Amino acid sequence: MKFGTKILHTGNEVDAVTGGVSIPIHHASTFKQAKADEFGPYNYARSGNPTRDALEAAIAELEGGVQGFAFASGMAAISSVFLLFSRGDHIVVCEDVYGGTYRVLTSLFNRFGIEATFTDFTDMEMIRSVLRDNTKAIYAETPSNPLLKITDLQAVAGIARDRGILSIVDNTFMTPYLQRPIELGMDIVLHSATKYLGGHSDVIAGLAVVTDAGIAEQLKFIQNSFGAVLGPQDSWLVMRGIKTLKARMELHQNGARKLASFLAAHPKVEAVYFPGLPEHPGREIHESQAGGPGGIVSFRVGSEKEAKKVMENVKLPALAVSLGAVESIISYPVTMSHAGMHPDHRKKVGVTPDLIRYSVGLEDPDDLIADLEQAIG
Amino acid sequence: MKTSTKAVQLGVGTDPTGAISVPVYQTAAFRHPAFGESTGYDYSRSGNPTRQALEEGIAKLDGGIRGFAYASGMAALANIFLLFKAGDHLVVTEDLYGGTFRLLDKVFCGYGLTVTYVDTSDLGQVSMAVTDNTRAILVETPTNPLLKVADIPGISRLAKDSGLLFIVDNTFMTPYLQRPLLLGADIVIYSATKYLAGHNDLVAGLVVVKDQELAEKVYFLQNSVGAVLGPQDSWLAIRGIKTLGIRLDRQEENSRYIAGWLSAHPAVKKVYYPGLPDHPGHSLQMEQAEGFGAMISFELAGRAAAEQVINRVGLISFAESLGGVESLITFPSFQTHADMDQAERERMGINDRLLRLSVGIEDVSDLLADLEQALEGGKVTL
Repeated sequence: MKFGTKILHTGNEVDAVTGGVSIPIHHASTFKQAKADEFGPYNYARSGNPTRDALEAAIAELEGGVQGFAFASGMAAISSVFLLFSRGDHIVVCEDVYGGTYRVLTSLFNRFGIEATFTDFTDMEMIRSVLRDNTKAIYAETPSNPLLKITDLQAVAGIARDRGILSIVDNTFMTPYLQRPIELGMDIVLHSATKYLGGHSDVIAGLAVVTDAGIAEQLKFIQNSFGAVLGPQDSWLVMRGIKTLKARMELHQNGARKLASFLAAHPKVEAVYFPGLPEHPGREIHESQAGGPGGIVSFRVGSEKEAKKVMENVKLPALAVSLGAVESIISYPVTMSHAGMHPDHRKKVGVTPDLIRYSVGLEDPDDLIADLEQAIG
Repeated sequence: MKTSTKAVQLGVGTDPTGAISVPVYQTAAFRHPAFGESTGYDYSRSGNPTRQALEEGIAKLDGGIRGFAYASGMAALANIFLLFKAGDHLVVTEDLYGGTFRLLDKVFCGYGLTVTYVDTSDLGQVSMAVTDNTRAILVETPTNPLLKVADIPGISRLAKDSGLLFIVDNTFMTPYLQRPLLLGADIVIYSATKYLAGHNDLVAGLVVVKDQELAEKVYFLQNSVGAVLGPQDSWLAIRGIKTLGIRLDRQEENSRYIAGWLSAHPAVKKVYYPGLPDHPGHSLQMEQAEGFGAMISFELAGRAAAEQVINRVGLISFAESLGGVESLITFPSFQTHADMDQAERERMGINDRLLRLSVGIEDVSDLLADLEQALEGGKVTL
């Protein structure tokens, strides 16, 4: 079955009882049991809810994993996966990781004895050089946020496999439509489903998919114990979003290609980061592991002053955090998505005040380009 | 203003349109009016107007300065445990909700958090358990499922003297019946799934604090870990809280009848309900709370008798959870407290003869009739 068909027919899209073609929103917090020694498939909605189950099964199917898990936010998904580790464990993380992920590692999990080393994931030697005896996982984002750096997932998965440790990837920017990391050998896939999967800026949600039954059991235990689960209404909205994933992603990247070409040719734009551009350093690897460049374009306009001018003058995109929605969103990583990162670390990885991140929506690309043109001036 | 009035008025007057019911803000992000400006909302994980109405409402009800809403009661508790660090020690009620026990015993112990479980209805045991690295005391009162009552002002003095955080899980009482922050506690926690929402129709957790510095730490964790409550569920929780007073009045009235009736029933060996005059925490409960709540645990002669009741109840649903308008019955040793060590459970009295009843708002005569036929072994009705 083609992926575009699969997103509509994961096998979890019809209510088994009534035949309803949209899964019902089960609000029940608890489920009546038949007998004292005969428990049904559901007992308490934190532990399992039919609406959330349908979403979890769908994302597992789309990513090609053994089990999916839905959480209250992308950060709740990421935090719950970090809870797989214990005091004394070490994780290697790509240096230009999402600011929120950096924040929980450096100001929360560190207090409980989990250590993280951040390094450049475009270079496998850098990853190998920071591995330790107590390293338990390698954590990647590709393309990275906001500089769209590409990590070779097969190579990362290989390093992890050789060491017997876990490989984890945040696949938010790509979605399983464009990139299926499990097929490339990765062990755990994470999503802020708030972004492309939900796709409408109307829900906060996180997803995780795992490939190993033992890890699935551990994560199920954490999801239930830690309780950062996604509610039924939000689970339903994410499923609704996924139905149009292919159509949206195609339009997102079509717009992003045009916008990136326009920016690349603009004299006031100093640099454009988009894996669809021929000169992008990670293009070859990206094309080998993903089905398209995605819909995020970052660019530099020379100075903080110029960046602010653009942000102030654009009319179509919403000046807002988040990304991956039908509406275009323009954001300023230094004070928005990467505010949680230490300023020195931001500077080191290139998240500087002249950088703008553009999440290309489904508006007509010509309108978006005309708007950017007047804003850049 | 009375708590029941505050509860009904939750969220009223907060929306600029004048809408009496707070709108469901089903949005992930908020457009900034201009560069460097914000409406006060950026991203719904960090703050959402519907969730905020709930958070401000619960803070008002509990007499705190700030409230926090989470994806579940366990997510709320987990967020509070994340205030601590490896090497810290907590003193915790021994017969507390099994999920809290599991979280501490199976998740946080892996991060170097140590816990001593004591009978918190005995102030001496609490005091004895405090060590140099103790950072907090966590109490459930009345406890789940044995309804033991802890002395909130007494423990709060002990906590203050030793510089410890005092955390109370107030799920069984709600601010309508008990306001721990006003009795000296620092943090109050709820599974809002239970009485606050009250309709067995959502999973949610709440936290309230009364200190600004602590509020900022909790907010940092809420936003960083992101185990937040969605807008639809926040709205449902608000909707539930509006009827908190009338629901609990009726639930408690029913419970008093049922507890008395169970006490007189020959098949029932023991009844745990703080409203019974012979309950050891009865007078303390009257001092620190405005009621006894609607949870009753009772012990039968053996496991077979307990199973018979579970299998024969008709009106009362055999299901986990509690606090809703519909009555529920559970088997704590196999459900809510299954994660505890069996010997420990037995020692405390959480045995395979014990049942826990969450009394709903049905007519009490129907509930009594259902219990009667279940206990007597009469024919199954309904």
